[in-house]
Amino acid sequence: MSTATNEGRGGLLGGTAAGGAHDGGATPEGALLPSAEPVQLVDPDGRHSTDERYLLPDGEVLLEAYGRLVAGRRINDQANALVRQGRMAVYPSSHGQEACQVAAAAVLDAQDWLFPTYRDTVAVITRGVDPLQVLTLLRGDWHSGYDPHEHRVATQATPLATQLLHAVGVAHAAKLRGEDTVVLAMCGDGATSEGDFHEALNFAAVFHVPVVFFVQNNEFAISVPLRNQSVAPSLAHKAIGYGMPGERVDGNDLAALLAVLGSAVRRARDGGGPSLVEAHTYRMQAHTNADDATRYRSADDVRRWVPKDPITRMRTYLRSLDLLTDEKEQSFADEADAIAADIRKGLNTEVTVNPAELFEYVYTEKTTQLREQAEQLREELARDAAGTPAAETKAGGR
Amino acid sequence: MTQTTEAPAGGADVRTDDAPAPGGGSTSTFAKALNAALADSMAADASVLMFGEDVGTLGGVFRITDGLTARFGEQRCFDTPLAEAGIMGMAIGMAMNGMKPVVEMQFDAFAYPAFEQVVSHVAKMPNRTRGTVRLPLVIRIPYAGGIGGVEHHCDSSEAYYAHTPGLTVLAPATVRDAYFMLREAIASPDPVVFLEPKKLYWSKEELDLAELRRTFEAGQAPRRIGKAVVGRPGTDATLISYGPSVPTALAAAAAAAEEGRSIEVIDLRSIVPFDDETVCASVRRTGRAVVVAEAPGFASVASEIVARVQERCFHSLAAPVLRVTGFDIPYPSPKLEHFYLPSVDRILDAVDALQWED
Repeated sequence: MSTATNEGRGGLLGGTAAGGAHDGGATPEGALLPSAEPVQLVDPDGRHSTDERYLLPDGEVLLEAYGRLVAGRRINDQANALVRQGRMAVYPSSHGQEACQVAAAAVLDAQDWLFPTYRDTVAVITRGVDPLQVLTLLRGDWHSGYDPHEHRVATQATPLATQLLHAVGVAHAAKLRGEDTVVLAMCGDGATSEGDFHEALNFAAVFHVPVVFFVQNNEFAISVPLRNQSVAPSLAHKAIGYGMPGERVDGNDLAALLAVLGSAVRRARDGGGPSLVEAHTYRMQAHTNADDATRYRSADDVRRWVPKDPITRMRTYLRSLDLLTDEKEQSFADEADAIAADIRKGLNTEVTVNPAELFEYVYTEKTTQLREQAEQLREELARDAAGTPAAETKAGGR
Repeated sequence: MTQTTEAPAGGADVRTDDAPAPGGGSTSTFAKALNAALADSMAADASVLMFGEDVGTLGGVFRITDGLTARFGEQRCFDTPLAEAGIMGMAIGMAMNGMKPVVEMQFDAFAYPAFEQVVSHVAKMPNRTRGTVRLPLVIRIPYAGGIGGVEHHCDSSEAYYAHTPGLTVLAPATVRDAYFMLREAIASPDPVVFLEPKKLYWSKEELDLAELRRTFEAGQAPRRIGKAVVGRPGTDATLISYGPSVPTALAAAAAAAEEGRSIEVIDLRSIVPFDDETVCASVRRTGRAVVVAEAPGFASVASEIVARVQERCFHSLAAPVLRVTGFDIPYPSPKLEHFYLPSVDRILDAVDALQWED
C-alpha cells in the first residue's frame, strides 16, 4: 500500500532539526525524550484527539490502512485455526497488535527494508510478501519461504534482537552507497533486555544511519511482564542514552502509529539519523498456541484491553466521517476472506519436501563431505522406495 | 622460504624448501602479507570494507590493517564501538546489502560475544533463505598462543566454528598462504572464519608481494580453500597439522630425519572444508599418523581428523592414529604455556609410539 503522507508539524521526530552528533549541532537533551503520554490521535471511542505535534493522516490513507487492519485480524484468526487443525506447527499471533503490524509496513517505500520478528507475520504480508511463503516457517517445510530481496523484507527473526544489528548493517551499506533507503526494525519489549538491542541502537547512532527501531511493547515476554524487564520510565526513554530521540505512541491507534512512524521514517530519510518508537499495545492471546496464558495473567487483565481494540476504534472513527460505507466495509471483508481462503487452501495442500535440498544451500558449492552425505541419504531413500532392507544391499559390499 | 610444486603421487601440492627463492631477494612477514591481501582486495573491489576495534587510525593491535584508512578512507576501513556482536551483526546486514565486510575480532577469546551472530545467522542465513541471501564476509581472528599472552588472548577456538555447518574455517601457516588464503576468503561467496596464528605474525619468507598480487589477480593461484598441502614429503609417518602447529610439526620432522625417519607433514590450511583426499593419500602411503594441534584435544578438530583417518585408512594403518594436542585445561599463563603447547619432543615421542617393528 502507499505510504502514509501525513506531514507532521514537526514533533520530536518531525524533522531534521533535532539532528544528531554528526550534524555538529548542540542537541538539547530534552528534545530526545519521549512525550509523557503515548501519542494518540484517535481515542478508544473512535474520536479524534488532537495532538500538538502530529497531524491526523488523510482520511483516504486511514481508510486504506483500515482495510489492511481487517485483513490482518483475519490472517491471525485463520492462522490460529490452522494450528488447531494441525496444519501449522505453531503460530505466534499478533491479535490486538494489528495496528502496529499494518503501520510498520505502510510507512515504508519500495526501496526501504523491513526487519520483522516471528510475531510480525501480518506486517510481512502487508508489505506484499505472499502469505503462503510467509507461513512456510510455521508450516515447517523450510526455515523461511521468501526471498528477502524481492520485497526487501528480512527473514522473520526468531532469536531476539539479533536482527536489529542486521538492520543497522543494511542501512549502513545503503548510506555508504548514497541510496535512499530507510530500514524499519521491529522487536518486542522483552528484546529490549538483550545486549544486541543496546548494541544496535548504539551502532545506529554512532554511524548515524537511517534506521527506525520499532518496539511493540505488548507487556509480556511469554509470561514475564514488562516490570521484570525494565524499570525505565518507558522503553522509549532508552533512546536518549544512545543520543537518539525516542517517542511513545498508542499501539492500538492506527492513525497515531502512521503519524509517528511516518515521521520517524521521514526523519531518517532526510538524514536525521535513527530513532526509537515504542508502541503501547497488548498481546491479547497467549505467546503461541503452545502457551497457557492463564498461568500468569487473569481474564480480567485481558478484558481491560478489549475496548481499546485497534479495529473497533478505527471503524467507529471512519464511519463517523462517512468514509467507511457499508459497501466499502463489505469489500474489505471480502478481501480479507479471500486472503484467508488462499491461506486455508495453501496450507491444506500437502507440501512436497525435497530432502536433497538439505545439502543444497549450506555452502555455495557443496563440500566433498556434503556430497557424500547427500549421496548417502539419496541411496537410503532409493533403497526404501525399492523396499530393500539395508542389510541386503550392504552384504558383500566393502 | 617455501614453494609449491605439483606432487607426482596423489595429486597433492607439495612444498619443497630447496626450490630457488621466488622473492627475488625481497621478504615479507606474515603480518605484512595479510596487510597486503587486505589492501589489494580493497583496491580490486570497492565493496570490500574493513572494520572492527582499533583497526582504523591505529592499524590494528597487530598492525594488520596498517595504512588502510589512510589509503582508502574512513568509509572503507573504520573503528566501531567496542562491541563484537554489534560488529558481527552489522557485518551481516552489510553483506545482505551488497558489501563484502572483513571484520577483525582483535583476539580469539574476544570473539565470543559475537558467537550468537556467527552461529545463528552468519552460518545459517544462506541455508535459511535457500541461497537467496549469501553472506560474503570474512571474520579475521588473531588466534592461538605461543606469544606469552595473558588470559583471554591465546585461545584455540577453531572447534567452535568448525562444528558449525555453513562456516568455512581457514588457518594459514606460511606467509605465502596468508596472502593467497585471505584474498581467496574475501573473494568467497560464503562466510569465512579466518584464523591468523598470532605467533606466526612475525615469521618471514622470501617472496615478492607484488608478484603474489599479480598471480592471484591473473587467476593463477591454485585454490586453497578445501585444499591441504604436503608441507614436507616423507615416507615413514604423517604429521597432520594446521595453523600455528605447522612449524612445530615441520621442526619435528626435521629432527626425526636426523634419527633416520622420513616424516611427511600435511598442512591442512583449510579446516572446513576438510581435504580428506590429501590427508588420506598420505596416511595410506605412510601407514602411520599423528595429528598435531594446540587446542585442547577433547572433542577437538584433532579428534575429528583421527576419526576420519581411521574410518578411511584403517586397512593401511600399522598403528593407531595418535594426537599431540594441548591439555584439556584453560590456556595457561605465559610462564606455563610451554608445558602446554605441542613441542618437538612431544611429537617425536608420539612418533616413537607408532608401533615400529624394529
